[in-house]
Amino acid sequence: MASIASNPKSTANQREILNKVFITSIALFVLLFFMAPLGYMFTTAIKSDSQMSDPDAPPWWPHSPDTFTYQGEELPLLEVPLEDGTRELAIVNKTRTESTFIDPQNPEAGEIQWEGNWRTLTPVYSPDAQWQNFRTAWEELNVPLLLRNTLIIAVFGTIGAVGSSVFVAYGFARFNFRGKNVLFMILIASIILPIQATLIPTFILFSRIGWTNTFLPLIVPHYFANAYNVFLLRQYFLQIPRELDEAAMIDGANPLRTLISVIIPQSVPALTAVSLFHFFFAWNDFFAPLVYLVARPELWPLSVGLQKFNALYGRQPNLIQTGALITLVIPVVIFFVAQRVFMQGIVFTGVEK
Amino acid sequence: MAVADQTSPKPLASPKKKQYQGLQREQSKWGWIFISPWVIGFLVFTLLPVIATLVFSFTNYNPVQPDNTQFIGVQNYLRMFQDAKVGKSLQVTITYALLAMPISFIFGLLLASLVNSVFLIGQHYFRTLYYMTSMIPVVAAGVIWAGVANTQTGWINLALEAIGIKGPDWLNSVVWIYPLLVMIGLWGLGNLMLTMLAGMQGVPNEIYEASMIDGANGLQRYWNITLPLITPVIFYNLTLMLIGIFKYFDMAYVLKNGTGEPNDATLFYALNFYKNSFEYNLMGYGSALAWGLFIIVLVLTALLFWSQSRWVYYAGEGRG
Repeated sequence: MASIASNPKSTANQREILNKVFITSIALFVLLFFMAPLGYMFTTAIKSDSQMSDPDAPPWWPHSPDTFTYQGEELPLLEVPLEDGTRELAIVNKTRTESTFIDPQNPEAGEIQWEGNWRTLTPVYSPDAQWQNFRTAWEELNVPLLLRNTLIIAVFGTIGAVGSSVFVAYGFARFNFRGKNVLFMILIASIILPIQATLIPTFILFSRIGWTNTFLPLIVPHYFANAYNVFLLRQYFLQIPRELDEAAMIDGANPLRTLISVIIPQSVPALTAVSLFHFFFAWNDFFAPLVYLVARPELWPLSVGLQKFNALYGRQPNLIQTGALITLVIPVVIFFVAQRVFMQGIVFTGVEK
Repeated sequence: MAVADQTSPKPLASPKKKQYQGLQREQSKWGWIFISPWVIGFLVFTLLPVIATLVFSFTNYNPVQPDNTQFIGVQNYLRMFQDAKVGKSLQVTITYALLAMPISFIFGLLLASLVNSVFLIGQHYFRTLYYMTSMIPVVAAGVIWAGVANTQTGWINLALEAIGIKGPDWLNSVVWIYPLLVMIGLWGLGNLMLTMLAGMQGVPNEIYEASMIDGANGLQRYWNITLPLITPVIFYNLTLMLIGIFKYFDMAYVLKNGTGEPNDATLFYALNFYKNSFEYNLMGYGSALAWGLFIIVLVLTALLFWSQSRWVYYAGEGRG
């Protein structure tokens, strides 16, 4: 057998393996940076309050100072430098010039004297996750209420956004009428219109009819279709062969019947993508709930609730991270479950022209 | 096309033509029925409010005292030009745009190239994981990054400390807040990455093969083939990002609780609009600010579309 290195085929193989290792390492490295803030969130979420305010505590991971119970008292453990090396001892009696300690391994050996200011000694920490932070944040943030509000806004909005967009997309995809192309251009152009340009009159309108401080301004406008959804669905409908519609029409189905029995069953992936788009949009939306619900905390969705909690409880960063974790877990889990359909939908809207 | 030419009338109204006209009327009727939700919504929630915003912008409307509303001519617009906060908010927005757009595009392009690489093991997993951070709700992301960037326990400065650098106070520095916002923005590049990736995958293989025969190396192929052919996707994303920056509000609000701190460094245009309209109740002035925003976005979009012919390559152009 010839030497491996001189075989051109296996050199190519080696190069390919090297390339794979190189590229994949870069990708992992980038991923590390992407995920690191989530690591921070997670570890902070399960830290104790005292660790958050303790500058000596190990910063990366949840830790608590160790204690030793001696004669019914909880004594803090400190790292004490002695002649025979540094030992972890429980402090019994502390003064500024000398302190007495006890060895937790061997309490019977009696007290150990140490000269020096005990405040200069480092406490002993060991890893300690505060899982009950989730319960505390759940209650303090009033997550059940926020979750209920978010779900009402997201679910009813999604029904309206998808239903209306299906109708409009079907109209644009399958029927010919005067001005259709101009209207479609206007629809697409409306993407660039900033919400601010319509907000004040809309706000005044809603406040005149008593809709401010209710969910209605966050739900009802979505029952009138939006450009992204219509665009995606129309593209999708255009790919469905017209023969299928015509067959249904010949069987006596009117256009509405055709939409329900032919088009919709053929478009499940696009409908799923559009539903997810709106659901995530509503879950994420912060500006509109802030404008319309700011005065009614009992109607806040998670986004506003978490922001206000953050502004109020700036001194409890651990609970805030717990709240962030609770807020992001549902969209992220849904995304992982539905990622294929969802990401195809993004590509479909972005690339098809 | 399903509809025949309407401009060539036949001399006689044959039964066939009558039937055809009837069909067309049917088509038209159903078409309008189906698109009516959008037409109504567009009139009620877009067109009329845009016009009403323009009308309000010439008044001193204040929702607390709506009866005192008067037409005050172009005073709101004059005020805009003199208002130091407006100037500041434009400066903040433009600073962020100049920093965020190139970095986001380069990073997004690199991400897309990375997950497009044939050498990447587990491509699909990387795509999903890189995209995942775009799904994190903006308020949660803001809260997380505010933690990551804090000077005591934040991981950014801890990591910098580990390599011997004393990190800045990101959240309270008028300089370092912008790099922080740009970093946070990288979490939301999922759509950019995916659409660029799809663009790259749409480049026909024959072009690459032909260039390899001509002896082009990897970098040359990337620069001379891949990039020009995905310019339509770049254009699409550039337009959306530019508009997005002028609407940038949520993250600035969450990080600094809507105060615009430090020293108005996060007073983005949209935040200044919000404060005037909904905190100070100056809705007349707010309407003028909204129209200002609308005009800026329109002009920028128009400029981008105008520049399109110089740098965006459409494969289908030759076909007419």
